Amino acid sequence: MSKIPKNTILSKQRLAKATYEFWIDNALVAENAKPGQFVIIRTSEKGERIPITIADTQENAFRIVVKAVGKSTIELCMKNAGEQLYDIVGPLGKPSEIDCYGDVLIIGGGVGIAAILPIAKALKNAGNKVRVILGAKTSTELILQDEFSFADKLVICTDDGSEGIKGTVVDGMMEEFNLENPNVIWSVGPAPMMKATSMIAAQYGIPIWVSLNAIMVDGTGMCGGCRVLIRKEENGVTKEEIKYVCVDGPEFDGRYVDWESFIRRLQQYKEEEQKALERFLEEVGDISWL
Amino acid sequence: MAVKDRVPVPELEPSVRKGNFLEVSQGYTFELAHQEAQRCLQCKVPTCVSGCPVGIDIPGFIKEIIKGNLKKSYEILKSYNYLPAICGRVCPQEVQCEGACVLNKIGKPINIGALERFVADFASQEGFEDEVGRLSFSEGISKELGNAPRKLTDLRSKKVAVVGSGPAGLTAASELGKLGVQVHVYEALHEFGGVLVYGIPEFRLPKEIVRREVLQLETLGVELIKNIPVGYAIHPKELLEKYDAVFIGVGAGTPKFMGIPGSELNGVYSANEFLTRVNLMKAYKFPEYDTPIKVGKRVVVVGGGNTAMDAARSALRLGAQVTVVYRRTEAEMPARRAEIHHAKEEGIEFLFLTNPVRYIGNETGKLVGVECIRMELGDPDESGRRRPVPVANSNFVIEADVVIEAIGTESNRFLLNQFPDLKTNKYGYIVTNEYGQTSIPKVFAGGDIVTGSATVILAMGAGKKAAEGIVKFLVY
Ligand SMILES: Cc1cc2nc3c(=O)[nH]c(=O)nc-3n(C[C@H](O)[C@H](O)[C@H](O)COP(=O)(O)OP(=O)(O)OC[C@H]3O[C@@H](n4cnc5c(N)ncnc54)[C@H](O)[C@@H]3O)c2cc1C
Ligand SMILES: Cc1cc2nc3c(=O)[nH]c(=O)nc-3n(C[C@H](O)[C@H](O)[C@H](O)COP(=O)(O)OP(=O)(O)OC[C@H]3O[C@@H](n4cnc5c(N)ncnc54)[C@H](O)[C@@H]3O)c2cc1C
Ligand code: SF4
Ligand code: SF4
Ligand code: FES
Ligand SMILES: [Mg+2]
Repeated sequence: MSKIPKNTILSKQRLAKATYEFWIDNALVAENAKPGQFVIIRTSEKGERIPITIADTQENAFRIVVKAVGKSTIELCMKNAGEQLYDIVGPLGKPSEIDCYGDVLIIGGGVGIAAILPIAKALKNAGNKVRVILGAKTSTELILQDEFSFADKLVICTDDGSEGIKGTVVDGMMEEFNLENPNVIWSVGPAPMMKATSMIAAQYGIPIWVSLNAIMVDGTGMCGGCRVLIRKEENGVTKEEIKYVCVDGPEFDGRYVDWESFIRRLQQYKEEEQKALERFLEEVGDISWL
Repeated sequence: MAVKDRVPVPELEPSVRKGNFLEVSQGYTFELAHQEAQRCLQCKVPTCVSGCPVGIDIPGFIKEIIKGNLKKSYEILKSYNYLPAICGRVCPQEVQCEGACVLNKIGKPINIGALERFVADFASQEGFEDEVGRLSFSEGISKELGNAPRKLTDLRSKKVAVVGSGPAGLTAASELGKLGVQVHVYEALHEFGGVLVYGIPEFRLPKEIVRREVLQLETLGVELIKNIPVGYAIHPKELLEKYDAVFIGVGAGTPKFMGIPGSELNGVYSANEFLTRVNLMKAYKFPEYDTPIKVGKRVVVVGGGNTAMDAARSALRLGAQVTVVYRRTEAEMPARRAEIHHAKEEGIEFLFLTNPVRYIGNETGKLVGVECIRMELGDPDESGRRRPVPVANSNFVIEADVVIEAIGTESNRFLLNQFPDLKTNKYGYIVTNEYGQTSIPKVFAGGDIVTGSATVILAMGAGKKAAEGIVKFLVY
């Protein structure tokens, strides 16, 4: 086959502390990726399989934005242009349901901002009015805001007030709701943020797509490790369903996600992750520069 | 005279093997294989052959062992079975070839599996594996092409895509590769072999053997491409345009959960996840390998098949005390007898007529116990097996850090979601004719995605049959 991916890093750029953008040579992902989909990467022969959202594509290459939070993402962020990644598989997952809904509110927090960028663009191209809220702890951690200039409205929230509204995206969301309720919401970021925004959406009865960052292994529906409990009330009866984030998602209506068990499942391997990190840091030394 | 006892296969002692993932069965030496082969009566009407799903000429390959002609013996095996080193190790022989051997009437059957494995391992040690592999054609295809060498030339210009590299896909690829067809095998994972690499553990099937069989495919000119999720990285439409035929062997894949309360607790695994972490991702070598796994002190495994035995014995090797709970009795367990026997030898506890009803978690959402109920056998169900029914008020709790559900799999939607035109049955498996041809004429399918979860040898047989179907389709 002519298009066998090389997975070479074409370029790398630091966007914020411990947060990097990469463009990776891979025609199959580039040609087939749709907003909302992800890849699974292995950084080495002994590496684990980590899912990362596809943030953009060009001919033969795709873009990711990675935040170094543990062993594998640090190792990934230490790779440089010209190096090859060990394995990349994708695109995976169901694409976002892009359609003309009217007024769409898009909320991104942390590296979730990279994930919502292609979704927001596609929704704008589909004819929606697109309002975007981006959140970060502080202005230096805010990424990619320049790339949202196409939005009908861009609201920035920082916890310390160093840029835009002083507060979280939830505060920004409430302000937008005061102006006008959107028809549908997308919210991608840390799990507690997705949970908080979903709670509000539920109160207002507005559909809200969240992209669940469940712990994955294969990403092909084969292991069930990424499962999430979806709970819906229908005619007064509660219906619970197990869904696999990698093939049924990653996007779900956040109003129906069982956030408690979802967030707990993210903590499953805390001790092992700590151990892997300490072992790795011993090997590579100080990474405060990252 | 020679009929009496089977020659035992050397095995690692339970106390030794409990602490590692080394292969339990050490296999026959030539002397032992020769002794066992001599017990075979070389029946004129060999019943054993009818018990083998691919109809291997069993007396034929055994006779060559007796003569000391192991190359010939391997040629015979290989002309029926693309993966003898694997089938010799994992086939449920007691219900197949060995179950049908006449010696059952007067004693123990010939250890056909161990002999098959011996010959295949010998072929690899002596290095005549590849050479023989290239030359052995399946009977059906030979017949098809017998008098028409021109058709062979036609085939060399044809392109076939194989989706999935489990036993079904590997076999289809090998049959077609030998004919000079241009074959591309696409695998979604980062290793080839399907369940052979992610499901069946090292102590039962060393991954080196699977790698060997996969390498052989490359010598046939088959192109193997990993990390390609067909349906996503390559759209079905593109496959249909670019290839003259397509074979789908994507397996049954998706694990079922009992769906009892507490299934979302930390510490509740499907056997597929547990085994994939251990086998494919080498979590048993964490932190040298990055993928973590939770084992804890006490593990409960739910189920009675090979998958349950593999999960239980893997957990034991990772240091846990393991209990298997199964809702029927030992007699109904679908696992290979050898594995049940090995599991018991290794100290795994079995609770028969027992079924979990609820998982109990602590305040941090971690599993701490499995509430079970006793069962008794009631009236027979459709399968003729007596249906287990719960005994009222017999609930009890087993303390556990991890529970592994091994209650079966269902159709994997991963590819099929992207292939809506393909006809499936009510269980979601692909509908085919006897040659594996689907509702789309140039698309063939075989293995677990057609039959539901079955065996390696049946998946292989289906791959072979589909290769025949594809050849017919391509030359007429
Ligand atoms: C669909 C999806 C898209 C994602 N997109 C991005 C992205 O665009 N950019 C980005 O920086 N991160 C993304 N993530 C999160 C990223 O996969 C994790 O941060 C990464 O796997 C952590 O690995 P680690 O070894 O560096 O950290 P660890 O220290 O091992 O883990 C840190 C935390 O990450 C989570 N995690 C650990 N292992 C996995 C795993 N195998 N799969 C998923 N989560 C895991 C756990 O909650 C864990 O507590 C995405 C996750 C998912 C599921
Ligand atoms: C733990 C366990 C133990 C077992 N033990 C035994 C035993 O002892 N003896 C025995 O005979 N049988 C055993 N079996 C059953 C046997 O392994 C299966 O019946 C057999 O592997 C089925 O083969 P297959 O080729 O149909 O599919 P699989 O082996 O399932 O392979 C399918 C392959 O297709 C890939 N794939 C799926 N979707 C896509 C896609 N869209 N694009 C690209 N690739 C894709 C998958 O990643 C996988 O590699 C066991 C099964 C398990 C799970
Ligand atoms: S392939 Fe399996 S069933 Fe057939 S002879 Fe070999 S071990 Fe027996
Ligand atoms: S039935 Fe048994 S004894 Fe007879 S040929 Fe087959 S293996 Fe040998
Ligand atoms: S990651 Fe294994 S099923 Fe989703
Ligand atoms: Mg990690």
